[in-house]
Amino acid sequence: MTATTTQSTLLRRAWALPQAKIGLALTVVVVGVAVLGPWVGPWLTGHDTTSFAGKPFQSGGIAGTDGLGRDVFTRFLSGGLTLLIYAVLATALGLVLGAVLGMLAGYSGGWLDSLIMRGSDVLLSFPQLVFALLAIAMIGPEGWLLVLVIGITHAPRVARVARQATVAVKDADFIRAARMYAMPRRRILLREVLPNITGPLMVELGLRLTYSIGYVASLSFLGLGIQPPTADWGLMINENRIALVVEPWGVLLPVLAIAVLTVGTNLITDSLASAAAGTSQSGKPQTAKEASA
Amino acid sequence: MFRLILRRLAISVAVLWLVTLLVFVATLLLPGDPARAILGQQATPERIAALNDQLGLDAPVWQRYLDWLGGVVTGDLGTSAASQGPVTELLGGRIGASLVLLVGAAVISTVLGLALGTWSALRRGRAVDHTVSGLSLVVAALPEFVIGVALIVVLSTTVLPVLPSVTLAPPGEPVWSRPSQLVLPILALTLVVTPYITRMMRATMSEVLDSGYVEMARLKGLPERVVITRHAVPHAIGPVAQVIAIQLAWLAGGVVVVEFLFRYPGIGQALIDAVNNRDVEVVQAITLLIAAVYIVVNLIADIVGIMTNPKLRAEVAR
Repeated sequence: MTATTTQSTLLRRAWALPQAKIGLALTVVVVGVAVLGPWVGPWLTGHDTTSFAGKPFQSGGIAGTDGLGRDVFTRFLSGGLTLLIYAVLATALGLVLGAVLGMLAGYSGGWLDSLIMRGSDVLLSFPQLVFALLAIAMIGPEGWLLVLVIGITHAPRVARVARQATVAVKDADFIRAARMYAMPRRRILLREVLPNITGPLMVELGLRLTYSIGYVASLSFLGLGIQPPTADWGLMINENRIALVVEPWGVLLPVLAIAVLTVGTNLITDSLASAAAGTSQSGKPQTAKEASA
Repeated sequence: MFRLILRRLAISVAVLWLVTLLVFVATLLLPGDPARAILGQQATPERIAALNDQLGLDAPVWQRYLDWLGGVVTGDLGTSAASQGPVTELLGGRIGASLVLLVGAAVISTVLGLALGTWSALRRGRAVDHTVSGLSLVVAALPEFVIGVALIVVLSTTVLPVLPSVTLAPPGEPVWSRPSQLVLPILALTLVVTPYITRMMRATMSEVLDSGYVEMARLKGLPERVVITRHAVPHAIGPVAQVIAIQLAWLAGGVVVVEFLFRYPGIGQALIDAVNNRDVEVVQAITLLIAAVYIVVNLIADIVGIMTNPKLRAEVAR
């Protein structure tokens, strides 16, 4: 069993499910807006994200103005990119860190296993958002810190899954054979173990991406993530919610975008989880927080 | 079984100790001069010296940790830099207010999740099942504040303006003296965790309904109601209890965002304020408190898991 065949059958099986197609469509729409928006926005509306467009909370233009008289639609179009970049980076960090630690723990066993897993127990005893707040309180709301902290809090959750999957394959014949050839541990993990645990890791990728988007947006919404005057969906909701009754678009557009995006990625994750559960022996499909907490 | 539970208890205590270490070490990350970072650039040297003295920043690190830990154990959580009052006083009333939210959401989501999960398992493959599964998949994806804002839009401002979106809490009056303002925060938290309980209950019930003993009960001619309530549900509760506990622990984190959104005077709101003010000792106290709740709830979940799992019961008898 090689890496490419496992992965492609998993993706093909997932793609056969209706939720995968719906999820991908939703995700593509929002990602498209987020990526193209910063270029299209000023050209379309004639305003900059921070330029003055009219009196505060007026309904001129497509979606009116915000509390500082900036054009809401322009800001909406530009508000997704930073969020998306932070979320992807945090997910990547968490997944790589978690996969490495989990494989090391599962494959090596013994004291290294205990050390890594007890260490992750400590991190697991904070809700992810609370841990992020602890770090932000000390260092301040910096972009790199958001990525780092969210990535670090993902790692033990990914590590648990990676460890379990590694333990399941580590005594398989092909790995014993590799050990007999005295292949170094790093190579066994990369060439033999990793290709055989891509199923659970893909599910984790989707799950962690959904959560990363939620956490970055939540922190910005709390005023402790992406900082003004940057246009950002989470921050926009915070800035415009006092005028929800007068000018609802400043809240509704970003809320809708975040909702559609997270629902989209979660639908893709669900299709991956169903596909992965079908290929492995351990029947029951796992849902999000069951596996994460 | 008792040995297993004791072991689990010992692990929890060790983890809790490591958590105190982590929460303390975090304060060492304060850039450069912590007192200046807290007080800002305009602070006079006297105030900085006073704060250094108050925080005990002149002592070596290990001694500061022991002092702080000693305080935590004896119930002295330090002094709030923002209000200049003791942290315990600041948190006193807020813990109760947050507990009201947590317990309310926990009870409603548990009952709702179990009922929906069972219902959907009994009608597997039919329209009801697909609707419940689809809805839970969608709602499960949404961050807390998105659910909260959606509730405000629908139930408090535009469509049906029936409920208050902001909590009014005059000093001295407990929040639950105006029950209507509790509805939206509790509803938001309920919607956050119910999907997971529903999905787990559906999966477990589906397995149970396919099992031999349920078939046996049906073949004996028992009425379907008795088959479900006496034979199927009790077997499904064990595994689901753990998921419920994990969800309740999750609520301890979700409450932060929901309280901020509804300006609810609980510990979550206090944590956000403290982070904004760099009120270090309050941040430490609240993160530690939330971590402790998290650890205890998970501990209870595991103990329930051990006690309801016949395999583990047998293992101990060996």
